[in-house]
Amino acid sequence: MTEPLLRVEDLRVEFAGEDGVVYAVDGVSYEVHGGRTLGIVGESGSGKTVSSLTTLGLTRRQGARISGRIMFEGKDLVALSEDELRRIRGNDIAMVFQDPLSSLHPLYKVGRQLTEAVRAHREVSKAKARERAVELLDLVGIPDPARRVDEYPHEFSGGMRQRVMIAMALANEPRLLIADEPTTALDVTVQAQILALMERLQRELGMAIVIITHDLGVIAEMADDIAVMYAGRIVETASAARVFAAPEHPYTWGLLKSIPRLDGPREADLVPIPGTPPSLVHPPSGCHFHPRCPYVQPEHTRIDPALEPVADDPGHHVACLLESDVRRRLWQQLGAGRTPAQALAAVSPGAPA
Amino acid sequence: MIRYVIRRLLWGVALLIIVAALTFVLFRVLPTGNPAVLRAGKDPQPRLIKEIEAVLGLNKPLIVQFWDYLKEVFLHFNLGYSYYSSESVRSLIAERLPETLSLTIGAAVLWLVGGLSVGIVSALRRHSFLDRATMGTSLVLISAPEFWLGLIFLYLFSSDIGRFKIFPGAGSYVGITSDPWKWFTSLIMPWVVLAAGSAAVYARLMRGSLSETMREDYIRTARAKGLPERQVVRQGVRAAINPLFTLFGLEVGVLLGGTVLVETVFNIPGIGRLAYSAITSSDFPIIQGTVLLAALFIILANIVVDVVYAYLDPRVRYS
Repeated sequence: MTEPLLRVEDLRVEFAGEDGVVYAVDGVSYEVHGGRTLGIVGESGSGKTVSSLTTLGLTRRQGARISGRIMFEGKDLVALSEDELRRIRGNDIAMVFQDPLSSLHPLYKVGRQLTEAVRAHREVSKAKARERAVELLDLVGIPDPARRVDEYPHEFSGGMRQRVMIAMALANEPRLLIADEPTTALDVTVQAQILALMERLQRELGMAIVIITHDLGVIAEMADDIAVMYAGRIVETASAARVFAAPEHPYTWGLLKSIPRLDGPREADLVPIPGTPPSLVHPPSGCHFHPRCPYVQPEHTRIDPALEPVADDPGHHVACLLESDVRRRLWQQLGAGRTPAQALAAVSPGAPA
Repeated sequence: MIRYVIRRLLWGVALLIIVAALTFVLFRVLPTGNPAVLRAGKDPQPRLIKEIEAVLGLNKPLIVQFWDYLKEVFLHFNLGYSYYSSESVRSLIAERLPETLSLTIGAAVLWLVGGLSVGIVSALRRHSFLDRATMGTSLVLISAPEFWLGLIFLYLFSSDIGRFKIFPGAGSYVGITSDPWKWFTSLIMPWVVLAAGSAAVYARLMRGSLSETMREDYIRTARAKGLPERQVVRQGVRAAINPLFTLFGLEVGVLLGGTVLVETVFNIPGIGRLAYSAITSSDFPIIQGTVLLAALFIILANIVVDVVYAYLDPRVRYS
């Protein structure tokens, strides 16, 4: 495969908190290839937002200790100076945030917020930048852009505001767009429009997208590749097709089983993942998922699993201590509608296969 | 918007009438010196007192006196005449207004520039030495009474009694038209003293407000766009300054009504001094006039603040 557009290697981000060091991102590696979409999925507090903010250097100011490498077009973003990073932000890499109302300055007209994005990286006249702003609003499907460019954010609906945010991110035609929960604050019908818009723009502009979400529906819609994050780490990564067809990690199973499926049996119960996300100050010993894992074995509380290739499935990696064939049999059982306890009983040694 | 302002102005007039009535009641009904007696001199004949009462209109029923007064004020802008010097209250106030204006406006500029810049630096460098030092100083300035601070300044820096003879001291004030440079130098200390407390308050408020806005999502957006940090800070300041503006308008309104303590300490013949001496001598028309003027400034400041606020924050709309 060609050189990836973005390669994150063993990224660690730590914050000094009141109760101790918060290990927000704990050794994460992933790649994003030009024109493709990587979906990063996980619960809140799994480190997915922090890892992408760190890509843009936006956690530096919060006193984060950052190690590892973030290679983008031959440059290590972790090692760049603030000014060098500033030139990349909004120009080569742009970001769209979750809440489009609070992410736009309430006292400035939308047009001004768009033109300053252009003028931060291009030497263009105000008039030219304004033309570009109107063009961008048109590109993201805002009707009557020449008039709306002079309106304030509070005069736009939620979906329209997110379109403005996307227009702003696209101002300088970035090669990578990071979208952090871009549809979470929106109505379901609007969500679909925003996702469709992002897909259309990706086709037209050929950029790569990292989409961060807790919503597997969004991932299924958008992602070519998936990285599943848990407690600051990636626990499984593969192409989207493989993750949905043959997930390997018990946490991924939990995510998949906790959303309703239209094509499944009507009477199938949703199975929530028990417990709550772990503390990032005092993460669990061994496998970080072990306190919530239905298939935990005594040694899993001591051994820390590494992200390793899955047998016979190139490009698929998982960090799980269960035996490969045990995992496959468990997933078969779960796929047949069994509960985790039933599945475990069925694959336990001594039970009929 | 225009209708809103007109409605506010009408309410303002009503409020002024209420204020006039209250001061009327306070100084006439509640026991105070009889102005006619005070004016008649030592051991006056009762007949003389009666005559003076008739001249000043004090023998009429209170409600008639009040009605006459209101008619004069609102129809002819006539605030009456001093009981003692028979000078027109309007011209007494007009003579002293430039002094109070000079004092207030100069101090306002000083505390706005000083307070806001200290607040901004503190907010951006929280917990630094500079932040701690300025915030500590501001606490001292907030706690220090104006007259005390004024005396300290005179003791330290005035050219007559000071330890370091730098600035002209008390009583050196001259009008801006007669000698602009002397006007300026004589006001330096009063400005600083009047501004000190407010500057300290603004520094602390700005620090709090700006550190809050710098954590807002739209600041993160501004950084994510790749804006230089100067522009990012400017966007934060723009949002942080709004809540302080309301306070600023009202404070200027209050000060325009007279800055009694600073005018007294530095012997500046402004509205505050006029009101103070009128109160000590029961010169009712002057008291009434200065109180009404102060109320007028506060009411106008309120309206100006609300109108300007609608321009500062496009989300605010009056109907």
